[in-house]
Amino acid sequence: MNNIDLKKARAVTGAEAVANAMRQIEPHVVAAYPITPQTPIVEYFAKFVSDGVVRTEMIPVESEHSAMSAVVGAAATGARAMTATSANGLALMHEVVYIAASSRLPIVMPVVNRALSGPINIHCDHSDAMAERDSGWVQFYAESNQEAYDLTILSLKLAEDESVRLPVMVSLDGFILSHGVEPVEFLPDEVVKEFIGEPKMIYPLLDTEHPVTYGPLDLYDYYFEHKRQQVEAMENAKKVFPKVAEEFYKVSGRKYDFVEPYKLDDAEYVMVALGSTNSTIKYVVDWMREEGFKVGALKVWMFRPFPKAQIQKYLNGRKGVVVLDRSASFGAEAPLYEAVKSALYNVAIRPQMGSYVYGLGGRDILPEHIRKAFEDALSGNLIADEQRYLGLRE
Amino acid sequence: MKTKQLLKYLRIDRWPTVWCPGCGNGIILKAFLEAVDQLKLKKDRVAVVSGIGCSSRATGYLDFNTMHTLHGRAISFATGVKLARPEFKVIVMGGDGDLASIGGNHFIHACRRNIDLTVIVFNNMIYGMTGGQYSPTTPEEEMASTAPYGHIERPFDIAKLALSSGATYVARSTVYHYNLLVKYIKDAIEHRGISVVDVITNCHTYYGRYNGMPQPYQMMEYFKNNSVTIEKARDMSEEELEEKIVIGVFRREEGKPCYLDRYEEIRKKAMKGR
Repeated sequence: MNNIDLKKARAVTGAEAVANAMRQIEPHVVAAYPITPQTPIVEYFAKFVSDGVVRTEMIPVESEHSAMSAVVGAAATGARAMTATSANGLALMHEVVYIAASSRLPIVMPVVNRALSGPINIHCDHSDAMAERDSGWVQFYAESNQEAYDLTILSLKLAEDESVRLPVMVSLDGFILSHGVEPVEFLPDEVVKEFIGEPKMIYPLLDTEHPVTYGPLDLYDYYFEHKRQQVEAMENAKKVFPKVAEEFYKVSGRKYDFVEPYKLDDAEYVMVALGSTNSTIKYVVDWMREEGFKVGALKVWMFRPFPKAQIQKYLNGRKGVVVLDRSASFGAEAPLYEAVKSALYNVAIRPQMGSYVYGLGGRDILPEHIRKAFEDALSGNLIADEQRYLGLRE
Repeated sequence: MKTKQLLKYLRIDRWPTVWCPGCGNGIILKAFLEAVDQLKLKKDRVAVVSGIGCSSRATGYLDFNTMHTLHGRAISFATGVKLARPEFKVIVMGGDGDLASIGGNHFIHACRRNIDLTVIVFNNMIYGMTGGQYSPTTPEEEMASTAPYGHIERPFDIAKLALSSGATYVARSTVYHYNLLVKYIKDAIEHRGISVVDVITNCHTYYGRYNGMPQPYQMMEYFKNNSVTIEKARDMSEEELEEKIVIGVFRREEGKPCYLDRYEEIRKKAMKGR
């Protein structure tokens, strides 16, 4: 985990942290529509616009579908364009989310994770972002407000890299991070400006000397090849990300990677998860280590493209792997578990595996729940084809 | 009317409501119940459909057939309900953000189609639930969390939007004019075809606080002092009408075939001789 210098840090919510990352990026265009718990990001940003702190053209449009459409239009002209959303807002964007990725537009979008309706629920789970996992966007999940801030900035550079040119979602847990106050160390504005650099325009719509068209009819003649290029761009994102993370480390002193190992060196049992729950898992790891149990954690920062090689490297040969998912895939295995299990098919020594779904609709996850899952692993009570639940009444 | 008499239409176990003390939504809800009571409608023959927002939470508190659906989509769901159960009185409740912005398309097309729904717009001129962002009915120059120095867009006039889209019953009241409100909702439910009641209501928590009327009574006074009847408005100039709320019945066109009537006609035509 990256240490934060409390003397330099400010106590802010995740929303304020992300809004400040957006202020420093200073996109040319922001289009957004209010949805809980994303709203404070847009409110902070609207104030920056009104105060003349940024020169962004901002428009609060009439729906999320319009927000993503406006951002796609702006990005196609070569502008830096951003939006932010949650849950049903993201679901309403869905068809345009695919257009953004297939048009290879480097849009960065904070997604404040919230359960998808119905019934309506405004609290955190990952069902919103998971519904977009195959849309062709890079996906990061933040554990803390600091990470939400850092990943927003870092994502822009990754998205705009010439060999990548893909949109990026930065997921931060609704309310837990978006409305929770934590110390965050901000980079100086000029450092961010220099880090992200000037936008590289590739095939901009407004270059009248070299006219282009976006999204024309693409049938069985070329569509397949274009999809193949998207697959390649995701592979390139894996190659480019370590370089971007290294450059970010140089300016910030904070390290990012595909995954983050925690007390893994001698760990026999490892828990894998996304987002803010990792902090609770680390607490439980410390607690159980004091009692002599060889447990550890592996946080997944980047979920798309899925870091298969890193998962294999860290989990090969462990006795047991427990995967926590904050979303379900009805009729199939939970998304993170499915991906981790699939990655471990080819390792030399496959661990025992167990799938635990938790926290749907904001249900609290307690250290005791996490300990229970670890204890299942320690007692050899993991069944790879069984889905279990933490904190559920049955 | 005694409020107690209306309790049978409510799911009291779902109380307290999510609404702020002094919110106008409760007044609209009561006016609706009073209209239902006067019309002696059977609870099981009424369906209330809402979208997302403060006002849309009403369906949780009402003891009819109710659906709490997606943001902006209440009219679409209600259209399905009406087609499947044409004998039902189908009421749509929603806010200005819900019905005129994200769901604006469904609103104009329901008006055009003249389907037999009653749409009650809880028009507080702001997005209340998400924290006071400006909505499609926020007047120009007014403040909102997304317009900290004043709003620069022109608002929709919900009644005019409904009129020009072809709605056959259109009325407007404010929550201050309670008796009118009951009457309009009652007439709207009785009307065959699309009926729209635009109800100007108070979100003092956001709209009022941003615009110098942080107390509910201040907004009530504003509605009282700035409303003019449609009859009176006809003799007033555009300048005189600026910042005024025109209340009254804008259109009541009875006897015009609604979508269901036309549907029945075409069905009979298609089935002729079979």
